[in-house]
Amino acid sequence: MEKERGTFAVKKGLAQMLKGGVIMDVVTPEHARIAEEAGAVAVMALERVPADIRAHGGVARMSDPALIEQIMESVTIPVMAKCRIGHFVEAQILEALGVDYIDESEVLTPADEAHHIDKHPFRIPFVCGCRDLGEALRRIGEGAAMIRTKGEAGTGDVIEAVRHARAVLGEIRKLQNTPDEELMTYSKQIGAPFELVRETKELGRLPVVNFAAGGLATPADAALMMQLGVDGVFVGSGIFKSGDPARRAKAIVEATTHFDNPEILAEVSKGLGEPMIGIGVSDLPQAERLAVRGW
Amino acid sequence: MKIGVLALQGDFAEHRAVLDTLGVEAREVRLPSQLEGLDGLIIPGGESTTIGKLATTYGLIEPLRRFGASQAIWGTCAGAIFLSCDAQRRQPLLGLMDITVERNAFGRQVESFEADLSIAGIEDPRRPFHAIFIRAPLILHTGPDVTVMASLSGSDGASEPRVVAARQGRMLATSFHPELTGDPRLHRYFMAMADG
Repeated sequence: MEKERGTFAVKKGLAQMLKGGVIMDVVTPEHARIAEEAGAVAVMALERVPADIRAHGGVARMSDPALIEQIMESVTIPVMAKCRIGHFVEAQILEALGVDYIDESEVLTPADEAHHIDKHPFRIPFVCGCRDLGEALRRIGEGAAMIRTKGEAGTGDVIEAVRHARAVLGEIRKLQNTPDEELMTYSKQIGAPFELVRETKELGRLPVVNFAAGGLATPADAALMMQLGVDGVFVGSGIFKSGDPARRAKAIVEATTHFDNPEILAEVSKGLGEPMIGIGVSDLPQAERLAVRGW
Repeated sequence: MKIGVLALQGDFAEHRAVLDTLGVEAREVRLPSQLEGLDGLIIPGGESTTIGKLATTYGLIEPLRRFGASQAIWGTCAGAIFLSCDAQRRQPLLGLMDITVERNAFGRQVESFEADLSIAGIEDPRRPFHAIFIRAPLILHTGPDVTVMASLSGSDGASEPRVVAARQGRMLATSFHPELTGDPRLHRYFMAMADG
């Protein structure tokens, strides 16, 4: 019997298993265990959460492989890790470690000002951020098996995640009413591969799983993104920069499952302690915005 | 016939899509009251720890056990783990099938794979069933009332056949994902179980 590993169906399939779930940023094995105990479907192993990357400044790179390995050993759920945009050697290192998913992420300082990684040759699947449909389909064209909104990481302000989700999902709704003869010019306008534009029109959704990320901090934020139509959520700084991470993490997991049940959302939102303080995105100078990274 | 799909987390929409193509009425189940009036239930792929914790918090464990005492339940991957009586670690399980499972039995995502299986009991059983295994579990031990329906064997060096599909009465467990490959034979097999 022949086994085929690293196929696109297998890469995309893991993201399908994460649907309806919460992926949490963690910086220690202890955090990872708290996240797993709270019901996270996966963790993102990092040296610093995005809020601390902002505060720290300087160049943000792939995390120490030793830390990533410690986190992989501490939980049974999938472990993701980030590499810089275009830094295919960081991606090779993460593949050698055997992480379950690689996030080619704008939260780290980009290594290439014009190109993303060619993700097809890797056996490990990639997730990439996007702000609109064109960017999402360019990343899928390069081999991304999962898409997330960029939002504005490390702010605790959900406005950019909403903007990006509305852009992607709204453009798909319009695409469904676009006649076939206009698809080529539309593909040219949004800078996306024609075949993927056509496939997206036929499916009425992105051809891969689409999560929300960037600035989610409360159970209501997670449910908002789910009601807008994403498949699941990433929560970065919002959990471990809050007053009671274990409780907030569990509440966000429950809010993601019961996203359309306001009685349950009210119940799980009670008494969670201090949320992360956050930064309003409108107060953020253009040079400090992470979402503009990516081409 | 009305089939429920446990929708706490995972690829429940993919199962619903197959049920839709078969013309079967489907309902998403997140709370115990939503089990009423169903002829069968599918527990989808996902993270078994997440599904187990949410089922515990929302009071679904006992209602699911009662449902399974009279109606058909099919677990795929995480769902198969949840149906088992032993997953070799502490996590909420329904214990409806007399099977022991090993989670992530093949390793991490890099070891996830596609392969053709031969499955006993489904229609046209000689036609291979293309299966996708994602961080998949294996069924290590089966009790006396459990029938093995498919095993992995052959080129990958294992000495004994490794069980990836099994049935016990009206319970069905598969460690792969028929909802991802567009072959509806196992869904139809389960419809017949739920109807019986």
